[in-house]
Amino acid sequence: MTAATESTPSTHSFLLRDGLQSLIDELSGDGFTVIGPTIDQGAIIFAEIESVDDLPRGWTDQQQPGEYRLERRDDDAYFGYVVGPHSWKRYLFPPLTTVATADRTDNGWDLKTPDEPAPRYAFLGVRACEIAAIKIQDRVFTGGAYVDPIYQKRREAAFIVAVNCTTAAPTCFCTSMNTGPRCKSGFDIALTEIADGFIVEASSDAGEELLGRLPVTPAADDQLDHGERARQQAVDQIQRTLNTDGIRDLLLDNLEHPQWEDVAKRCLSCTNCTMVCPTCFCSTVSEVSDLTGDHVERQRQWDSCFNIDFSYMNGGIVRSNVRSRFRQWLTHKLASWQDQFESSGCVGCGRCITWCPVGIDLTAEVATIRNVPNRALAATSEQEGTP
Amino acid sequence: MTTTKNVVACQPENPWLAFTARIQQVRPETPGVATYNLVFDAPALADGFCFRPGQFNMLYLPGLGEVAISISGDPADYSTVPHTIREAGSVTQALARLGDGATIGVRGPFGSSWPMDACRGKDVLLVAGGIGLAPLRPAIYELLANRDDFGEFTLLYGARSPDGLLYPDEYEEWRNAGLDVQTTVDRAHVAWAGNVGVVTVLLDRLPLKRPDDTLLLTCGPEIMMWHTIQTALRRELAPESVYVSLERNMNCAIGLCGHCQFGPEFLCKDGPVFRYDRVSSILKVDDL
Repeated sequence: MTAATESTPSTHSFLLRDGLQSLIDELSGDGFTVIGPTIDQGAIIFAEIESVDDLPRGWTDQQQPGEYRLERRDDDAYFGYVVGPHSWKRYLFPPLTTVATADRTDNGWDLKTPDEPAPRYAFLGVRACEIAAIKIQDRVFTGGAYVDPIYQKRREAAFIVAVNCTTAAPTCFCTSMNTGPRCKSGFDIALTEIADGFIVEASSDAGEELLGRLPVTPAADDQLDHGERARQQAVDQIQRTLNTDGIRDLLLDNLEHPQWEDVAKRCLSCTNCTMVCPTCFCSTVSEVSDLTGDHVERQRQWDSCFNIDFSYMNGGIVRSNVRSRFRQWLTHKLASWQDQFESSGCVGCGRCITWCPVGIDLTAEVATIRNVPNRALAATSEQEGTP
Repeated sequence: MTTTKNVVACQPENPWLAFTARIQQVRPETPGVATYNLVFDAPALADGFCFRPGQFNMLYLPGLGEVAISISGDPADYSTVPHTIREAGSVTQALARLGDGATIGVRGPFGSSWPMDACRGKDVLLVAGGIGLAPLRPAIYELLANRDDFGEFTLLYGARSPDGLLYPDEYEEWRNAGLDVQTTVDRAHVAWAGNVGVVTVLLDRLPLKRPDDTLLLTCGPEIMMWHTIQTALRRELAPESVYVSLERNMNCAIGLCGHCQFGPEFLCKDGPVFRYDRVSSILKVDDL
């Protein structure tokens, strides 16, 4: 949904648990492909869903640095988990897509860009940090001099059903990044799950219109209280913090900090953090031709600044060591992103911490640099007389 | 100083769309380097492709990929769009095997340009190394066409060897039009009667009549540009009068793929030409 269609949240309605299927049905009936959380290979991921039975009812995720496990909840909550390895960017900025084609002709080449209509997705279960991530990618792909038509078409067609977090993981730090856990804008409809159903609010014309077709009743005061308490529970559970005060200058003034060397000893440069990050946008277009070579697709695939050949330039690799690649990722995400897009590139979802195989925690790395910045180190070594 | 003409920008609504162009002529320059004159198939582009000195195009060979190449021709000459290219990777090597009349794809022009307007009333100093003269040649053409608008005009140009100097046939014409062309080479052979040594030596001994009012535009290997700039600053040029053209791997050219990032800059859309004071703090950070 776009800012232009956003309206003030309506009065809150109440949807019985049994009514959730009607939301999926109405969206499908409107021609949307509904994408929602579902369990696959021991993780909650996003996939096309048709029924509430596809949702991870009664499951939650246990997350720690380098650790992710699903566990049974003691209730039947549909949305009682936090975030998994997928983010919505895979539907707006697909991992693999064709940006252009070339067909050989009698006297040259016929160069085209694909013009098929974008899929119309309804996203079910978008968290506040994920809405923030979508807004960040909006700026990356549609806010500059060049607009990516693939992202733009998919984004304009998308319908967003947000779900307020009622639980948080130890890896969450959205409160530090000021992105959550409460969904305040950027959605069509938002749900807060309580024991017997959902508090529902609409925040766009399309959302209002859909809400009018759902079997809702005005929310009673005690239901609103339940919703408030459920949302507060998530706030209370968030323990992790990232001090963002002056973080841009802190990192850019410490490009030679010894901590980069330290983290390079642990980092495997595996790219997991960039793949699960909901804002990372790096990609590479490569040529895929058929056997005759007469038909060529230019395919754009997610790439990562952790891949060694990402910085290949004629004559060599610019960022040839893990130190420089990790530094590029972290300083881009938290510092130079601000110069480029006037916001942080981090929303505090914690995915990079959870899915790092060795549990590298960016909040801890920044804290180390903040506690002993380069200047302090230089002063110490001067005192000790070391070069 | 910028010439205004009926301009057809080669910027389609979809920035991924390339336009076909034919190689009209391949002119060998130095070993492994040739200039490819391109003519667009679309009539509107063929007589109206407009670019600013210092900008680049993405040249596309279907099945092989794209390369970012600076435009090396005269911005006022709409008949052909020259690109001077060194054989380096798979695309440029394949390009070298193509002959006249072959079709390639072109997206562009992209990127920032040399500060032509800021040259007005100043002395202008160009320092180039090797193939770094190619992105400066459009600026030479444009400045020479407006020679009365500024003061001293000097090109200091270094190459590894005498046969590595680009466009030697044009120096005489440039000199006659008011450009002081000085060359130097790292390694000479017996027939070479010119300067030997790095290009900063030429800069060291160049009389600068009014350094406060001198603009430096430089393009070449990063290490060459760095020493050139340090020499120029020592000779009292102001950091804000120095412009550099930087290079990184470019994949999309439209600021979306992340490859060409250099600190906070996307070289493809914020660069390749930068005012020195904008990038001075990051130029010497290793592996950035």
